Amino acid sequence: MVGKDSIGIRSFRFLTGAVLIIWLVLPLIPLAIWSFAKGWFFPSLLPANWSMRAWEYTFSDTAGVIDSLWLTIGISLAATGLSILIGVPAGRALGMYKFRGKEFVELLILAPIIVPGIAVVLGIHSVFISMGLNNTVSGVILVHLIPTLPYMILVMSGIFSNYDPAFESQARSLGASSFKTFWYVTLPSIMPGIIVGGLFAFLVSWSQYILTLLIGGGRVVTLPLLLFNFATSGRNDITGAIGMIYILPGIVILLLTARHLSGRSGAVGGFGQI
Amino acid sequence: MTHVSIQSLTKVYPGATEPSLNKLSLEIESGELTALLGPSGCGKTTTMKMIAGLLAPTSGDVTFDGRSILADKPEHRGVVMVFQNYLLFPYMSVADNVGFGLKMRKVDKSEIDRRVADILALVKLPDLGKRRPSELSGGQQQRVALARALIVQPKVLLLDEPLSNLDAHLRIEMRDLIRSLQQEMGITTIFVTHDQEEAVVLADKVALILDGTMKQYDSPDVFYKRPVDEATARFFGGQNFVKGHSRSGFFESGFGSLKLPEQSIEGEGTLTFRPENVRIAADHLQENTLTATLVDQIYLGTQTRLKLMIGDQEIEAISNPNDVEGLINGQQLAVTIPSDAVWMLTS
Repeated sequence: MVGKDSIGIRSFRFLTGAVLIIWLVLPLIPLAIWSFAKGWFFPSLLPANWSMRAWEYTFSDTAGVIDSLWLTIGISLAATGLSILIGVPAGRALGMYKFRGKEFVELLILAPIIVPGIAVVLGIHSVFISMGLNNTVSGVILVHLIPTLPYMILVMSGIFSNYDPAFESQARSLGASSFKTFWYVTLPSIMPGIIVGGLFAFLVSWSQYILTLLIGGGRVVTLPLLLFNFATSGRNDITGAIGMIYILPGIVILLLTARHLSGRSGAVGGFGQI
Repeated sequence: MTHVSIQSLTKVYPGATEPSLNKLSLEIESGELTALLGPSGCGKTTTMKMIAGLLAPTSGDVTFDGRSILADKPEHRGVVMVFQNYLLFPYMSVADNVGFGLKMRKVDKSEIDRRVADILALVKLPDLGKRRPSELSGGQQQRVALARALIVQPKVLLLDEPLSNLDAHLRIEMRDLIRSLQQEMGITTIFVTHDQEEAVVLADKVALILDGTMKQYDSPDVFYKRPVDEATARFFGGQNFVKGHSRSGFFESGFGSLKLPEQSIEGEGTLTFRPENVRIAADHLQENTLTATLVDQIYLGTQTRLKLMIGDQEIEAISNPNDVEGLINGQQLAVTIPSDAVWMLTS
């Protein structure tokens, strides 16, 4: 493939790669340096002294970073799981069936991406208070569904619009019950979409700040909240260390999904439909 | 061995005014190979899906050996459908595809392996178990789909356009395979097709369905000899239709007088005869011989199609090229239409 490309295409590809690295990777380097720095002041290019202090603090029992990490993982996993449970049937309905008011439903599903989260959450806040969901982990998980579901549903509707339900008829006809049909036939066919949509949902939930802050009421302290606390209190070294942990899932997921996102399976085909 | 009875089966899709299938009734004997023939959209696939349990009928009944199956779930009917595009599960190997039905029936793993190997040998694909469906040719995929259906020993096998995706020589091979497996295993088989040739070469009996209504249900040769009406005759390539009336065994029209077979309908009607039964005769001595003018001739290699005018009626004849060599357009000919080759249609 590469050998056949012209020099123009190759240099364009190199240029976009370079720009991406400058935009995305370079800003992380100071963060990494900060986590090992002991005093780093303008105009020195590198810290005067190095130290593991920030990392030791981060992993100490008193800091609460580890608790917060587990909490964040738990909330993101729960939000992802719920997104899959809702997103798969919703994506199937949108991807495979025509029904009255479908465009309106699609618009509603996209609305949380278009409307700022803070506008949505103010209304939800008062509803959650009356239901006793404020300041609880379950409340935070539920409110995370607002930004995660659109991604999940869009990915799944893309998958289902290319899906042939006759495979299910064939499985039924060969003696599979409706559950076994789903398990052995539907699920393997839509797995790429579930993986990609699920990873999207996980990352979106992982990076929620404002929704967690408002619904969690400061009691549910996820990693972004903790990070923000340290960043505003001027502890750049600890901010750097937590920041490194914080970006880890993003990097891992990017590496895992690079194959699915580009090329054949077309798991993100749903975005093309908007 | 299962006797299938379809009784007044009707399907009206929601929002449709006309039924897609209107009161279809068929008796299919045990072990028989029956074709549902009709153009696309005539309701034949709808019928299949209702038998397979993939679609609920609006009214009517389907029974296997006298017992209604409509209340049974598709997986409990003992019916396996082979779809036109084979629908092999792409992420499973050929062997896993073939063994799928047994796995769903919780058959032992070693037993599945043994039976998969047996059936793959039967469909002449013994070494392809480990391949992926995408690595197979169309004909091989078809045989895998057939093996996957046969391995569960269904009471009734449904085939959707089994030969239409195959090229000419594969069709013959596949036809022979389907027939021999079906005969050997004695499975009552129903297949749908839009191709009358496919129906004729494969089926014991053919049910012709036009616009949701069954026109005729007979063995294939009857459709050529004694079609019920003009539409049926045309579907089987009939070209010659002459309006007139019959009285005491003779058909009278602008065309001349023809002797009819015994027990023909009396009165106004349409006469039909196959182009291949029209004979170019030497003289007028034979019964049912008329004078025709040759309008045009089309040489097709193994046969020659002749367009003839008899009275005010244009008819078509098919002859052996050797018999009609040297004929000139515009020439007068003696043409014989034997009385056992003509047929009065009910109008």
